[in-house]
Amino acid sequence: MTDARRTGKPILTVEEVSLSFGGVKALQGVSFDVLEHEIRAIIGPNGAGKSSMLNVINGVYHPQQGTIAFKGRKRHDVDPHEAAQQGIARTFQNIALFRGMTVLDNIMTGRNLKMKCNFLQQALYWGSAQREELEHRAKVEEIVDFLEIQHIRKTPVGRLPYGLQKRVELGRALAAEPTMLLLDEPMSGMNLEEKQDMSRFILDVNDQFGTTIVLIEHDMSVVMDISDRVVVLNYGRKIADGTPDEVRANPAVIDAYLGVAH
Amino acid sequence: MAEQLPDTFPRLLLHQAKTRPDRPAFREKDLGIWQTWTWAQVADEVRALACGLASLGFKRGDNLAMIGDNRPRLYWAMCAAQTLGGVAVPMYQDAVAEELSFVLQDAGIRYAIVEDQEQVDKLLEIRNQCPQLAHILYDDPRGLSHYARPGLQSLDAVMQAGRDWHARKPAFFVDKIASGRPDEVAVMLYTSGTTGKPKGVCQTHAAFIRAAESGCKFDRLRPEDNILSYLPMAWVGDHLFSYAQAMYVGFTVNCPESGDTVMTDMREIGPSYYFAPPRVFENLLTQVMIRMEDAGRLKRGMFHYFMKVARRCGAEIIDGKPVGLADRLLYALGNLLVYGPLRNVLGMSRIRVAYTAGAAIGPDLFRFYRSIGVNLKQLYGATETCAAVCLQPDRQIKFDTVGPPAPGVEVKIADGGEVLVRGDILLKEYYKRPDATAEALDASGYFHTGDAGYFDADGHLKIIDRAQDVGKLAGGALFAPNYIENKLKFSPYIREAVAFGPGRDRVCAFVNIDMGAVGDWAERRNLAYSGYTDLAQKNEVYELVRECVEKANAELAADPMLLESQVHRFLILHKELDPDDDELTRTRKVRRGLVAQKYAVLIEALYSGKISQFIETQIRFEDGRTGKISADLRIAEARTLGADAARSAA
Repeated sequence: MTDARRTGKPILTVEEVSLSFGGVKALQGVSFDVLEHEIRAIIGPNGAGKSSMLNVINGVYHPQQGTIAFKGRKRHDVDPHEAAQQGIARTFQNIALFRGMTVLDNIMTGRNLKMKCNFLQQALYWGSAQREELEHRAKVEEIVDFLEIQHIRKTPVGRLPYGLQKRVELGRALAAEPTMLLLDEPMSGMNLEEKQDMSRFILDVNDQFGTTIVLIEHDMSVVMDISDRVVVLNYGRKIADGTPDEVRANPAVIDAYLGVAH
Repeated sequence: MAEQLPDTFPRLLLHQAKTRPDRPAFREKDLGIWQTWTWAQVADEVRALACGLASLGFKRGDNLAMIGDNRPRLYWAMCAAQTLGGVAVPMYQDAVAEELSFVLQDAGIRYAIVEDQEQVDKLLEIRNQCPQLAHILYDDPRGLSHYARPGLQSLDAVMQAGRDWHARKPAFFVDKIASGRPDEVAVMLYTSGTTGKPKGVCQTHAAFIRAAESGCKFDRLRPEDNILSYLPMAWVGDHLFSYAQAMYVGFTVNCPESGDTVMTDMREIGPSYYFAPPRVFENLLTQVMIRMEDAGRLKRGMFHYFMKVARRCGAEIIDGKPVGLADRLLYALGNLLVYGPLRNVLGMSRIRVAYTAGAAIGPDLFRFYRSIGVNLKQLYGATETCAAVCLQPDRQIKFDTVGPPAPGVEVKIADGGEVLVRGDILLKEYYKRPDATAEALDASGYFHTGDAGYFDADGHLKIIDRAQDVGKLAGGALFAPNYIENKLKFSPYIREAVAFGPGRDRVCAFVNIDMGAVGDWAERRNLAYSGYTDLAQKNEVYELVRECVEKANAELAADPMLLESQVHRFLILHKELDPDDDELTRTRKVRRGLVAQKYAVLIEALYSGKISQFIETQIRFEDGRTGKISADLRIAEARTLGADAARSAA
């Protein structure tokens, strides 16, 4: 029931990016763009280069060739913390939360970049540090409410089922109030109901906060329902780019997914 | 209180706002913090709501539906509708679209106030079946910003319109309240419908205020009391406790953050007045038992030892009966080490009065809570009687009765054993169903409850079962299925049971295992399983359930009346009985006829001596889609006691 959303100008432009590890060519001359407020999916079979692409965008890998422009600023490479400062947040394929910490604390770590007080002030928890902490906590509570995880607020993350951990991870990424959110297989390992819930949350994030979303997914069906446009990678090359309907009808995509009879 | 109390709910609200303007009336946990509204604030909010509804054309005689979890604004909406001479129609929030559609059409709903996007989606889906539904107002705007549909708007906008309306016509609200009459219908509650389609039970202001008054005086409720409102608003119990009595006494209604946080919220609020259907008490006990299994050996030993002490003398102590000094001291020690902390974990430390109602409670379950010092009592009633027919007085608690009739209520047992009720608390009518009204209310003003029961020597009413469910085995012995099922369900591993027997020579049963408890049990034994169906059919699980059944059999055999009711054969169903598949009502009572019909092959297999039976069943998912589930079900025998002796005697 999504009524037409407004997408804007390109916020991210990837041009001719190539990345290789020794002799392995993970990405070869990939170009695409992401519009503001868009939900953009990157799909492809195993080993297509999806995660590498995501890692290039947020600066974990530095491509040998090509450029990336985020919010109009062209760059060759960038470090992950710089990417975060510019407003890019992400989640991971294999959940990377602090397992012994509660849900609240985990999401609170997402506020790290927004904290202005220094270590000493925070340790003393006095004056501006206290005020700041309360503000951050209020923000975190909004996210808890948004993701409907009130009942596990104080539960250590390690004790939660997988689907909920994924939701907490999304919460932590949201806590940074990103302009662009990178989701690495947000629905892997989930059952149908959990996938539907997660889809709902992704749509709501996009809708409510206007966050631009780039997501990688393995499972085509879900992605096609929620994405505005889809890039398809295979063996490190872009083989298709367009709306879900266009991509679904593209013979190259069908071959890549179903295999070709030779 | 010397002065005459107000006689309609809106007048009660004004009364509370005047006598205790600054006392907390409602609390709701939002964004992790308990927000409070005082009675004066609530009166303001209700005024904005009422005027807002008036600005949309809501008028005397209109019905206002409310669908959602327990939210303060939904309670206030009830009062707003009543202010305008309308009728509040709370509905079950987890009902699927189709069920909602029936009630919406039956009640001719034009105005609906709903909680959130989920409910809005449901209503939009069925809107073409309910063309009269002109206005849908939502409380929580999340996700709804792009919905442009005629008549759909946020409650905030309506309340703003209401405030403007009030500024223009300041006398409107008070005048409307002044023109209300106590004999008008205030609320319409739909019966859960164990039999047939739901019927709208029309209750007047007078009836519900009478019921509230009698309960409040009976238990000396005070404005300082706190209640946690988490049960469906469409249930008569919630309406009596969270709305009628709160309005009458002026105590505080606390709304939990979400359905999943009730346990935490309960601990934070520490209600002094509490009510829950037996199922909730059952689930709590199951959780306690699971956690105790996981606890260290010292704690576990302590728990079991002191629970034995509590079983021996706990109930007597809370009833003020004489108990030996040694037991008293032991109990005091247990209170310090086990019962107190346990009550605290359950959020029951401050409870003065707790009630259970809605279904028969297993005596063992009931005894458990009383023995750890929770003043749990039973009440008996129905939607048609504002829930308040019989109440157990403090210190006169019996485990197997529901107490004497409440003040002002007359109870009579008909020749067939059916319980008849007369008093001010009876329904006015079933909405648009004169036939059903005539059937339930006889010429001399008695309401036919459909329950079978009798008075014991002390004048306490004992309910055996639904009059229509009670039957006889082929041998002529009494068969009360609920009683047997409750015996089975006291085991933490059994979540649901359905007993069969009328006209047969012996009793057999279906069982649903409790996924949480049995799953945990399996995990501790390194038993791998893929889901409910798989787990349910494991040999080990059958052995576990057999033990539970045999324990229940031993207890049944102890009562000569029920000796024949022992369960001979049972099977574990391949799916959980579910309201979405119509097998249970929304209040989770078993629909016997339907279950018997749907699983006829299984019943045949139980009685034919087969050791397994194949079955395929259609199931409905939460979003309304359907699927199929099939399995080979094993059938097991359970040992019965003294059955041979009884049979040879017969």
